[in-house]
Amino acid sequence: MTARTPASGGAPIIDADGIGRTFTRSEGPLFRRRRRTVTAVRDVSFQVTAGEIVGYLGPNGAGKSTTMKMLTGILSPSAGRLRVTGLEPSRQRTRLAARMGVVFGQRTTLWWDLPLRDSLALTRHMYRVPARDHARRLAELTELLELGPFLATPVRQLSLGQRMRGDLTAALLHDPALLVLDEPTIGLDVVSKSTIREFLLRLNAERGTTILLTTHDLGDVERLCRRVIVIDHGSLAFDGDLAALRDGAPSPRTLVVDLAAPSEPIEVPGARTVRVRGTRQWLELDGNPAAVIADVSHHYAIADLTLNEPDIEDVVARLYRREGAARELSAG
Amino acid sequence: MAERTSPGPAAGGRAAWEPAVLDRRPRSVTAYPRLAWAWTRALAQYPVSLAMLTFAQACTTAVELLAVVIVFGHAGRLGGFTLDEAMLFYGLTGTAFSTAHLLIGTVDRLGEHIRRGSLDTVLIRPVSPLVQIATEEFSPRRLGRTVPSAAALGYALSVLDIAWTPERVLMVPLLIGCGALICGSLWVTAASVQFLLTDARELVSSVTNGGWALTEYPLAIYGRDVVRAVTYLVPLAFVSWQPALYILDRPDPLGMPDWLRYASPAVAAAAVAVAALVWRTGLRHYRSTGS
Repeated sequence: MTARTPASGGAPIIDADGIGRTFTRSEGPLFRRRRRTVTAVRDVSFQVTAGEIVGYLGPNGAGKSTTMKMLTGILSPSAGRLRVTGLEPSRQRTRLAARMGVVFGQRTTLWWDLPLRDSLALTRHMYRVPARDHARRLAELTELLELGPFLATPVRQLSLGQRMRGDLTAALLHDPALLVLDEPTIGLDVVSKSTIREFLLRLNAERGTTILLTTHDLGDVERLCRRVIVIDHGSLAFDGDLAALRDGAPSPRTLVVDLAAPSEPIEVPGARTVRVRGTRQWLELDGNPAAVIADVSHHYAIADLTLNEPDIEDVVARLYRREGAARELSAG
Repeated sequence: MAERTSPGPAAGGRAAWEPAVLDRRPRSVTAYPRLAWAWTRALAQYPVSLAMLTFAQACTTAVELLAVVIVFGHAGRLGGFTLDEAMLFYGLTGTAFSTAHLLIGTVDRLGEHIRRGSLDTVLIRPVSPLVQIATEEFSPRRLGRTVPSAAALGYALSVLDIAWTPERVLMVPLLIGCGALICGSLWVTAASVQFLLTDARELVSSVTNGGWALTEYPLAIYGRDVVRAVTYLVPLAFVSWQPALYILDRPDPLGMPDWLRYASPAVAAAAVAVAALVWRTGLRHYRSTGS
């Protein structure tokens, strides 16, 4: 197993320098339309080095998809300079397409009525993968993503998780240096999510494939990304270690406790009861969840327990509140 | 996972990102037949539907053909042309348009792709989006229109009194090919309007199917202004009218220059160039608006 060697000179695989994108929207009734300029992405700069896994995060409408579209050459930037694998995406889209794999979680690139195997064979012709390489990679991916049982099934009959694994395979059969994923685990069950996460980690470790992904799932981010980039209202809000993001804006995990009988708000060290409804209580955790769970189950009769991870929106929202407060402080 | 097959970073530095591609033929050329065949197989999963749709298309064509027979059978001559000659016009138009329809007709769904966002999934692949959209739902059912048209053309060519010089033998397939290119270009040009107006599919259809219906009859019956428009503006006169005048060796009844009948290849080349330009401009517009 040979990891993909970074290109000589250490040139970044993605190099975004002050990229921006504005849209002109026409509004109002016909003949009295007003043109309004909307900024979707403003002056965003970042670099991704070959071999990294980077999470590209932000609330809905923050400019994530617009950035993804610019990186893949679907949309041309209206400002700044962008290079992906050394190419200018909007001008060299076709050449770039052969070097990168793209998966849209909400949309399939497979052929609806064709068996998965035939869909994958078609991508081989589009990407011009030699037959022997195709067969070898397909065998590997079939094993890793457990495609075997549904290779002969038409894509329209696949479950969401199966379809997602099929789409990932289609994006990887030409062995791209860069994999761009737009919400790859959206709508998937826990097992499918985990399969895909472990697969991506292995792909990155063994093939050196660079991965850039957008997601709303903090589980994805925690399992996969050492580095995260946060974008909000079109601007870059954070670029750095995941740990730094969480330390900077700590967000408590929530323990949902179903008691056997209604009771007073639970009182245990390391947790704060924030809500009570019937037998169900919500606790915000400050300390070690294992210790809190042990305490709660020792002192109370419990029917059920659920530990909720804060989602990335929550972390990001806290980041902004903190930034806003800091701005107010410095202004005052 | 096995070892990488592509070489490590070479002196140039970018080799690690560049896939090892040996085949230098344009991807679109090699991908078209593969995609078309895949869609044919996909649609063959519903054989009854395929058979019925093929039959329906053949019926549509047969009814149009019947209309030509009735009109000319009743009037004897129209615009100075007999029924057998009218079959030549019908056959030339039908063969050219149905070939274009078979190969590139689904491009009129462009607006739907834009609205659904599926144009984006097409744009991430290294094959021309035009080829990918044109092959979508490629189906032999559209041969249901080609076969009766070609039969009418064959019939006309065999019964008409044509001076079969070697030049004419060579020119007939060339003129048919140019006609198909002109029709295909018209389709792509009209469909590109949907880059601006995503729900303009009916408009596209009125141009393409309108052009098809118009040229099924000898253009002389429409009068001089219409013929001028379809000669110099939208070059539909080169689909059946000018080729038929050439095959029949008839002077232009409207007094237009005779050299026009030799202009088909140049007109076809110009039509293809215009279509390519309009399509590319539309795609650039899409990339700058994203809607």
